[in-house]
Amino acid sequence: MSTQAPLTNTAREEILELNLGPHHPSTHGVFRAIVELDGEIVVNVTPHLGYLHRGFEKTCENKHYHQVIPLTERCDYMGASSNSLAYCLCVEKIIDVEAPERAQVIRVIMAELSRIFSHLFWLGTHAHDVGAMTPLFYTLREREEIMNLFELVAGGRLMPNYLRIGGLNKDLEVGFLERLKAFTDTFDERIDDYETLLTKNAIYVDRTKGVGILPLDDAIKLGASGPMVRASGLAWDIRKSQPYCGYDQYEFDIPVETGCDVYSRYLVRVQEMRQSNRILKQAIRKLPDGPIIARKAGVIFPPQEEIYTRMESLIHHFMLVVEGMKPPAGEYYQCIESPRGELGCYLISDGSSNPMRLKWRAPAFVNLESLALMSRGRFFADLIAILSSIDIVLAEVDR
Amino acid sequence: MKELLPEETIISSELFREQMVMMVKSEHILKVCEIAKNDPELAFDFLSFVAGVDRYPSTPRFEIVYQLYSIKKNHRFRIKCRLEEPTEGLPRIDSVVAVWPTADWHERETAEMFGIVFNNHPDPRKLLLPDHWKVYPLRKDFPLEGSETETPDLPQ
Repeated sequence: MSTQAPLTNTAREEILELNLGPHHPSTHGVFRAIVELDGEIVVNVTPHLGYLHRGFEKTCENKHYHQVIPLTERCDYMGASSNSLAYCLCVEKIIDVEAPERAQVIRVIMAELSRIFSHLFWLGTHAHDVGAMTPLFYTLREREEIMNLFELVAGGRLMPNYLRIGGLNKDLEVGFLERLKAFTDTFDERIDDYETLLTKNAIYVDRTKGVGILPLDDAIKLGASGPMVRASGLAWDIRKSQPYCGYDQYEFDIPVETGCDVYSRYLVRVQEMRQSNRILKQAIRKLPDGPIIARKAGVIFPPQEEIYTRMESLIHHFMLVVEGMKPPAGEYYQCIESPRGELGCYLISDGSSNPMRLKWRAPAFVNLESLALMSRGRFFADLIAILSSIDIVLAEVDR
Repeated sequence: MKELLPEETIISSELFREQMVMMVKSEHILKVCEIAKNDPELAFDFLSFVAGVDRYPSTPRFEIVYQLYSIKKNHRFRIKCRLEEPTEGLPRIDSVVAVWPTADWHERETAEMFGIVFNNHPDPRKLLLPDHWKVYPLRKDFPLEGSETETPDLPQ
């Protein structure tokens, strides 16, 4: 056995620069950061972004308004319907159209399913990052059922591409509501199951409580939103403060925790899944009959069956596909509460058939700004827990 | 609502679909933002984003957009500045990182995408694009498909 030479003082004081990512499972995608370490203590974190930058905003400027919808879902693929919802609401404001009542309720169903979908995957991978392997298998089981529901309603499992400007692509498939109801009936118990695995698990609590402190003051300064600020004690949810899609007609609470740490973010997200399930149950009950898309000739696609039977509808459809629609010149900022926080779409129209400018306010991008603040002075292993508690989707960070 | 508070820094204001936008003079942006944040009536403590807009070929070519929100008062507001393209060099505007630290990454993104210099920015490195690119992709005169000579995968 050889004994190591004792460290000299200069070696002890030297800061180690460690490259984390971009290919590492704990970074949830292609996230890269240069971490400066003093022993095992993080001195600073410098994120290097852009590995998944696809020029989303530039591409949108070169597409027709209706063609942008599938692109938006590729930003945050974990909560796909939230993205197309923000975009469709924004365009609808500019062209001054409102989706019919039935479409609004189905949109709420899709948005809340996306939220549960996103939080389930987050919960599984986050627990995995701090060493708990079991929850992932349970959360993926329920996530699979949501994917089946998406597939049933729209065909796509991860990115349903179901929303349209003015309403929806088509009506709900027969049997969808029954399956959704079966899901919502059992889901509360499933959340109880996840909680038995983590909430009072001594190892999990040790790894997360008091880790990654983000005081409310700093959270607001750094633009954090969604579960990040709610875990720091601020009851701010855009569904309540500036309701859209008729969210003011649903009963739900805003889960708030005051620990400002990773554990609080876990508690907030678990409670949010319960609240989303509550909204889903109400939506199933109140779902009215009626049209699923608004009518406005030359702006919104006419219903499929009319294209085959009415000459005018065929012409409008043809013109919309070839030329696109031309909204009035103007600009609008529409934000919604996505699973990650304030998801905003800022759209400038110059009266032509392409958006003049589309700015995507991605919550994960902004939330990631607080990573350095939260991890300074913590262990390197804590950095992984903190990073996963932000719940980043790199496709949305880089756009 | 807003007209009463800051002095003659305003160029115009506009209301479209219940959203208020105010155009201010770019040299006063820092002052306007400080007032917007600190005035108890306005209390815009949350900056949603900073974005650039390229209105090529019309002049002034660039616009910088600041989308504000007040958590206390639950209201939103948008401030805009116009920037001329100078005959040489890049257009410049003061950074608002001192007012809202979240502006840091938004301004870095706007800087690399539109070629706008933010004065006194604490960390003016590129954020999303490779360091060896010397072009500004979100400008309207930059081709969508990129260019082999100007946007190579590796440094030449």
